[in-house]
Amino acid sequence: MTTLLSHLEGVEFDEEGFFVEPARWTEEMVPELARREGIDEVTDAQWTVIRFMRKEFLEKGAGPTVRVLGKSSGVSVRELYQLFPKGPAKVAAKLAGIPKPRGCI
Amino acid sequence: MHRTQKRIVILGAGTGGTLTANRLRRLFQRDEAKIVVVDQDDLHVYQPSLLFVPFGLADPDKIVRSRSDQLRAGIDYIGSAIDRVDIADNRVHLSNGTTLDYDVLVIATGAVLAPEETEGLAGVGWLDNVFTFYDLEGASALQKALASFDRGHLVVNVVDMPIKCPVAPLEFSFLADWYFTERGVRNQIDITYVTPLDGAFTKPVASEHLGRMLEEKGIEVVTEFNTGEVRGDAGKLISYDGREVPFDLAVVVPLHEGATYVGRSTGLGDGLNFVPADENTLQAKASPNIFVIGDAADLPASKAGSVTHFEGETLVENVRRYLADEPLEPGFDGHANCFVESGFHKALLIDFNYDTEPLPGRYPGRVGLPLLKESRLNHLGKLMFQWIYWHGLLPGRDVPGIGATMPRAGKRGAIEEGSTR
Repeated sequence: MTTLLSHLEGVEFDEEGFFVEPARWTEEMVPELARREGIDEVTDAQWTVIRFMRKEFLEKGAGPTVRVLGKSSGVSVRELYQLFPKGPAKVAAKLAGIPKPRGCI
Repeated sequence: MHRTQKRIVILGAGTGGTLTANRLRRLFQRDEAKIVVVDQDDLHVYQPSLLFVPFGLADPDKIVRSRSDQLRAGIDYIGSAIDRVDIADNRVHLSNGTTLDYDVLVIATGAVLAPEETEGLAGVGWLDNVFTFYDLEGASALQKALASFDRGHLVVNVVDMPIKCPVAPLEFSFLADWYFTERGVRNQIDITYVTPLDGAFTKPVASEHLGRMLEEKGIEVVTEFNTGEVRGDAGKLISYDGREVPFDLAVVVPLHEGATYVGRSTGLGDGLNFVPADENTLQAKASPNIFVIGDAADLPASKAGSVTHFEGETLVENVRRYLADEPLEPGFDGHANCFVESGFHKALLIDFNYDTEPLPGRYPGRVGLPLLKESRLNHLGKLMFQWIYWHGLLPGRDVPGIGATMPRAGKRGAIEEGSTR
């Protein structure tokens, strides 16, 4: 066996690495997406945040900012940065297959 | 006839509440609608001038007027804080114990500053070596601190978006460069602009232009800095990812949120107490008889006075349509228009909406003020606007040349439609 079939086969990303078509995302893709962000194994706490991002996106049409995540996900902003040191909202959005959180108008 | 008199309650008597009340009063006869406006204090601050107070360019006493004095005859004004809105019963509970029943409710209570949400910000050093210019007290205190500041490191920091007038902290940096230059101390002072964004501003073309201006003025920019802690005693900002920016004087734009009563009103607001609404009709998601205007709304538009002004026309028309049982008009296009003060008696002007970012050219048409370009004319325009605000915008008169929808004529790179839409 030389290669495993990638779950990301055919998935389109924008230039910053966010999903172009969020509807194509499945949970099976997460470990592979995480490795692209330098996360070898996705912890339960990280899963909590990823699922929360996904739920918020499906309900409201946009991913939450770090501050809203900290207020509503049950994980504090400080912990969020421990879970995703490179930027919780951005990295979790990539893993959740949703567009870049807007937050900035 | 009294059975048909509608009750319109407007919460907040700032820019949005005042212009909405005055426009509605002109639209409806008194026996058609009773209009009640509520605010917790009687101080209406002309907020654009807060930027000028720290540099001694505006007198704090001259930018505040009575809220109730800006309302037309035939509008009831109640001075009270708001406890909560009971959406199911169409009723507002005021902190003074009275209740107001409504047929239509307009939320115009703006955004409030929340310095206490950032660790250390409201603690040691607050109003000593850490300031904000986003309220009258802070802007006045900062004026004294700046006057005696002649060497060291000035840091201008935006904690997180959304904030009111996203260009204001940039303008503050430009004016600080001018102010220290005039005083002959600029070469002894470092200025650093610290932002959570990945550039100077939120919109790419303007961001590039404004970023270049910062560079030309010798202002250092630190991007993607999410402020986790402000240490007045140690003189440093610390980001959540552990980076530090030292300062001798910090000017911080604190976190913003919606008014606290929104959080006590079940179903009305989001996690930050802003009120989600349809971005084109301004009808609240919470209920068809609630409308939102200005900074109080959770919309993908700037929190700026010009946006509030442009929303007014659509909002008033939709209140009329709602009461007449007609379909709402999706009239608001996200139009924002900001004079950006750049120091040395110059300013630039940016104009954009939901779909079109700030472009170079002229406003409002081919012959007009230069866009995305520094000029003295724009600076004069900015200064003149205070008169227009009190005498044209708040009374709800149409301001000549400034339409609600974004004009395309005169813009380079925009799809020209010959005239304003």
